[in-house]
Amino acid sequence: MSQRNRLGAGGRIDRKRALRFTFNGVSYQGYAGDTLASALLANGVDVLNRSFKYARPRGVVTAGADEPNAIVQLGATEAGQVPNVRATQQALYDGLVAKSTNGWPNVDRDVMGVLGKLGGKFMPPGFYYKTFMSPASAWPKYEQYIRKAAGLGRSPVENDPDIYDHMNHHCDVLVVGAGPAGLGAALAAARSGARVILCDEQEEMGGSLLDSREEIDGKPAAEWAAAAVAELGALPDVLLLSRTTANGYHDHNFVTLHQRRTEHLADVAPLADGRRQARARMHKVRAGRVVLATGTHERPLVYARNDVPGNMVAGAVSTYIRRYAVAPGQRLVLSTTNDHAYRAALDWHDAGREVVAIVDAREAPDGELVAAARARNIRIITGSAVIEAQGKKRVTAAVVAAIDIDGFRVKGNTSELACDTIASSGGYSPVVHLAAHTGSRPVWREDLLGFVSGSVPGQIPAGGVNGRWALNDALADGFEAGARAAAETGLSASAFTLPTVAPVREGKPVALYQVPHTKPAMRAPKQFVDQQNDVTASGIELATREGFESIEHVKRYTGLGFGTDQGKLGNINGMAIAARVTQQTIPDVGTTVFRPNYTPITFGAIAGRHCNEFFDPRRYTALHAWHVERGAKFEEVGQWMRPWYFPRGSESMHEAVQRECRAVREGVGILDASTLGKIEVQGKDAREFLNRLYTNAWTKLDPGKCRYGLMCKDDGMVMDDGVTACLATNHFHMTTTTGGAAGVLDWMEMWHQTEWPDLEVYFNSTTDHWAAMTVTGPNARKLLAELVDIDMSAEAFAYMDWREAKIAGVPARIFRISFTGELSYEINVQANYAMHVWKALFDKGAKYDLTPYGTETMHVLRAEKGFIIIGQETDGSVTPEDLGMQWAVGYKKPYSWIGRRALSRPDTKREDRKQLVGLKPLDAQLVLQEGAQIVLEKEIRIPMPMVGHVTSSYFSPTLGHGFALALIKGGSQRIGQTVYLPMADGKVHAAEVVSPVFYDPQGARHHV
Amino acid sequence: MLHIYCPHCEEYREEEEFRPKGEAHIARPIDPVNTSDEDWGDYLFFRKNPRGLHHEQWFHAAGCRKFFNATRDTVTYEILETYKPGQQPAVTAESRKAQASAQASNQGAAK
Amino acid sequence: MSEFATFNAHPAAPVRAESPLAASRVGVAVQSSAQGAGVCIGERALLGHLILRGKAADEGFRAGVEAALGVPLPLKLGPVARDDARGVSVQWMSPDEWLVVVPEAQDHETELRLRAALSGHYAVINVSGAQTLLELSGPAARQVLMKSAGYDFHPSAFPVGKGISTTLAKSTAVIRRTGEAQWELIIRRSFADYLYSWLLDASEEFGVFVAR
Repeated sequence: MSQRNRLGAGGRIDRKRALRFTFNGVSYQGYAGDTLASALLANGVDVLNRSFKYARPRGVVTAGADEPNAIVQLGATEAGQVPNVRATQQALYDGLVAKSTNGWPNVDRDVMGVLGKLGGKFMPPGFYYKTFMSPASAWPKYEQYIRKAAGLGRSPVENDPDIYDHMNHHCDVLVVGAGPAGLGAALAAARSGARVILCDEQEEMGGSLLDSREEIDGKPAAEWAAAAVAELGALPDVLLLSRTTANGYHDHNFVTLHQRRTEHLADVAPLADGRRQARARMHKVRAGRVVLATGTHERPLVYARNDVPGNMVAGAVSTYIRRYAVAPGQRLVLSTTNDHAYRAALDWHDAGREVVAIVDAREAPDGELVAAARARNIRIITGSAVIEAQGKKRVTAAVVAAIDIDGFRVKGNTSELACDTIASSGGYSPVVHLAAHTGSRPVWREDLLGFVSGSVPGQIPAGGVNGRWALNDALADGFEAGARAAAETGLSASAFTLPTVAPVREGKPVALYQVPHTKPAMRAPKQFVDQQNDVTASGIELATREGFESIEHVKRYTGLGFGTDQGKLGNINGMAIAARVTQQTIPDVGTTVFRPNYTPITFGAIAGRHCNEFFDPRRYTALHAWHVERGAKFEEVGQWMRPWYFPRGSESMHEAVQRECRAVREGVGILDASTLGKIEVQGKDAREFLNRLYTNAWTKLDPGKCRYGLMCKDDGMVMDDGVTACLATNHFHMTTTTGGAAGVLDWMEMWHQTEWPDLEVYFNSTTDHWAAMTVTGPNARKLLAELVDIDMSAEAFAYMDWREAKIAGVPARIFRISFTGELSYEINVQANYAMHVWKALFDKGAKYDLTPYGTETMHVLRAEKGFIIIGQETDGSVTPEDLGMQWAVGYKKPYSWIGRRALSRPDTKREDRKQLVGLKPLDAQLVLQEGAQIVLEKEIRIPMPMVGHVTSSYFSPTLGHGFALALIKGGSQRIGQTVYLPMADGKVHAAEVVSPVFYDPQGARHHV
Repeated sequence: MLHIYCPHCEEYREEEEFRPKGEAHIARPIDPVNTSDEDWGDYLFFRKNPRGLHHEQWFHAAGCRKFFNATRDTVTYEILETYKPGQQPAVTAESRKAQASAQASNQGAAK
Repeated sequence: MSEFATFNAHPAAPVRAESPLAASRVGVAVQSSAQGAGVCIGERALLGHLILRGKAADEGFRAGVEAALGVPLPLKLGPVARDDARGVSVQWMSPDEWLVVVPEAQDHETELRLRAALSGHYAVINVSGAQTLLELSGPAARQVLMKSAGYDFHPSAFPVGKGISTTLAKSTAVIRRTGEAQWELIIRRSFADYLYSWLLDASEEFGVFVAR
């Protein structure tokens, strides 16, 4: 049974290149140029899937993106699995392996199909809502069953071996769709000198020209298309992207294009020139103008059992015959409302197969194509339609009857025509999806019996999507749109001569969506509207009867237009049925909203290269390599990689931190503090600006001195802190928290640029310019004295002073500030020299056992001193007074600095605000959980007032017990009280409220 | 993804270069000490959320690092103008209304 | 008491200086020569980088800058002012901000020259340790930039000579076009490894040569 439906000649396939592929475990052969669908049809494979809800056998319906049924799972290996591939869009390659998406144990014997056969009576719309509503406790069980039964395809469980990327583009004119209108538009725009991008979702550019019966400039249409593509390809500012779907249309003419770069080659991207290549690329295009030349989707007619394999849309029959040399059956019945679909019968006849009859819903069709059919002696039954298909896994006959369209009824007797294929056409729907993505609503055109796109600034629809679907019209519309697009971007459009096409006279179509049956829709065999979601005409009727009259509600209740389908095939028919039942017009019913993506795209393409090491930038200090070599464990702080702790040998984190803490308290430790934000402030108003920015006063800070500053937002809540040094009268070096650096600089710019532009001051980040090393501990001075060229004595270099010095020969600014409570110096050198200085410190520091420590030890040491960390002790709702830091608030400063006014609002004055306190667990070995809630009573009841929470908690080797900082309502009045911390495991911890300063409250240790 | 004209760089740039900073023209009361709690609360916490024209503050974070204002339609996302701090918008809800009614009366006259 | 502090960061006797990429590794397959490579990447390490702030409208400021640097001050976004023979460039960053790049170890004397030539409201900030300069060239260099940034790199929007500041991957960069297929990227120290790895990864498909 080798390609029994393959025609002996014709098509755009390469018969010299035979390709093997496997579908549901069976091996077949096709040709290069085939899609998976055309190759399966060539091999006579009728059943490709089981339907989503009723598990009915389904076959190929269309030849493109609108395919509802032929959805397959692709991939020879687990890692290469791709779900939801439309076989109609998947190019065949040698070794392709595909499986049906639904069907268990297989598509030919489907267990779920039994339920489906029992009929829609058991699974009406809303079935899931109605059946699985109660009891709520059983939902997890229901869900298991539903998940197994529902869904399309599955994701691979192994890591994706492929890579993906993004590329940004700007162009004057983006043309979406390379059919006659798109090619015309691209030619006209490109010839005007525009930068043009032309994309098309198919393997080959040309669209309908590739299977057209017509001629352009006296040549087959496909030849004209090839010449147009060649001309465009030779222009430097034209980018041609085939296999590329415009999947999303975003604001200001930003369109995302999903390019499948290797999916036609293999399921895992092969190497190109020995190098990895991206399997898919997301092109992000900012276009001056977008010409939408997305064409039309043919509407199938809605008749009974129209889902039996062998039912297809008429245009697809033509496409398979003319483009792929596949006649998907032997005996055709065509049911149509228009002339254009006659092509299917003509192509079928010309391929040497039997056309049983054309059943035309019109009483007196008379166009040129009708005449061509009559000339071939094809039987035409007028005023009639196929009302039902017969057959189970393949059509065996069409039931035909005369119909009264306006009365929605069958007139007279029915007759059966034996056949294996029923092609239907109910007209053409412009593909308005992209136009609707930014929110514009499609507009009904009664003359076209379809929706065209609403107007979107910068967007020009052309050809079929614009309702111009005769070839000569589409070409002209395309050329005009391209020229207009170029002109609107400021180019002078070049004159163009339209290619010559003999117009084909077509008769008027008739409006027919759902075909009446001898029985009412509710009792007739199923008439499918949306095959992918198993939505039937009676289902839509039921939904409207149950009160779901808005089309958006009908959609959600029935599933119409969900899934990969997005309403491509069924939407208009569904709306027409809803309109008929509710006695409205189609425009009154309106369409549902179309959303990106137009067809499914892989998550890989969305992520691009922003994964793994590039998911988030990692920022490194100049000393990072040393930390790595020393075996540091790292912590991500913002995007910075900071040493967390430096384990020695097999030390645990706890052991390492305890050792590092003791080293600082008893000897000397060193911290890489380079990540702190640093901002240079220069200008004659620098001091005034700092006065307004910080809560405390800067007027009297002399050069050579440092001061700790607290920053509030204007609501009085603490936002950042840090030490700022006066470098010279009008020159300051400010530091911020690591995480706050960028935000603080933006904050300063905002106040300067928008509130106080009269202040003469400039700010710039110097965070990355300086490497900062904190040398701290009783031996810090002795160590530094060995390396610096200045007097380090307490008299010459006092606490909160800074000095310029050379350290190990390198010029440095040394700040005598302390975040540990010990004698501390923060050495700043230009970052390029940091490693030299750091290593010199360790050379001299060996005899003091200079100990590198990380952020964890830093946290323990500062918490012992009751020093806050922004974002840990603060959360945007904490005032300086809440933190007990009134000493850092300059209430008397003349200018009402940022936050000042809010600190006198009644709410910030409340006595029961949460205030910072220390907590000492009654169990000395206990380390309280950070974030734990605090209550006042030991007996736990629900609910009970929660009065605060733990903000920081550690074990202190210096104190010999666990300790914590906490925010507690009215905390400063509760010193000495016992509070309780109920835990998730039922335990209740007790702790004493104490001062937040646990260690050296007089500050004797750093004042040495 | 908006395409935003930076009035300082005098170029259109991609949205990812910018940070939105909320409603524009929120002036800090000149004399905070003598501003009532209620007025101070309004300044701090109350913002417009119009359907239609909105004047917004933006920051060109990855470019010139300057603030500017934009008049944007919150329905269509169209940006009608951008202008520097200290300047007033040329397009406002009022000016748009006036324009619309002028057009309507012109059409009326044409009939 | 002076109004502003200056600071010569360089040691009198040379010590080892490390660029931001000193420890970075090349994690992709590279070409053995620039011949036939789609992209060449190299660092020009340890240059002097200064930020200059001031009032463009002030004639004295403009004249002072030109006197100190030997190139005119660019007054709007566009071409970078350059004296390639002396290795000096001045780029407009903002209406009151410029980036000055000078050869290695000339940062301090350049700052002193500027401060001597300028008065009134201005500022000079030394950021030589904060950033480094990458050179990106080759027939596919523009595509690498298109994979990394949303700016329009077409010659009509980005002619040779122009310099901008924009997003690059998930960080930012100063990007300057120095030739049809030649670009300079100035990136921040702490992001340098991330961006360097990103650019190498983006270049791999075109064949990349790493100049050392």
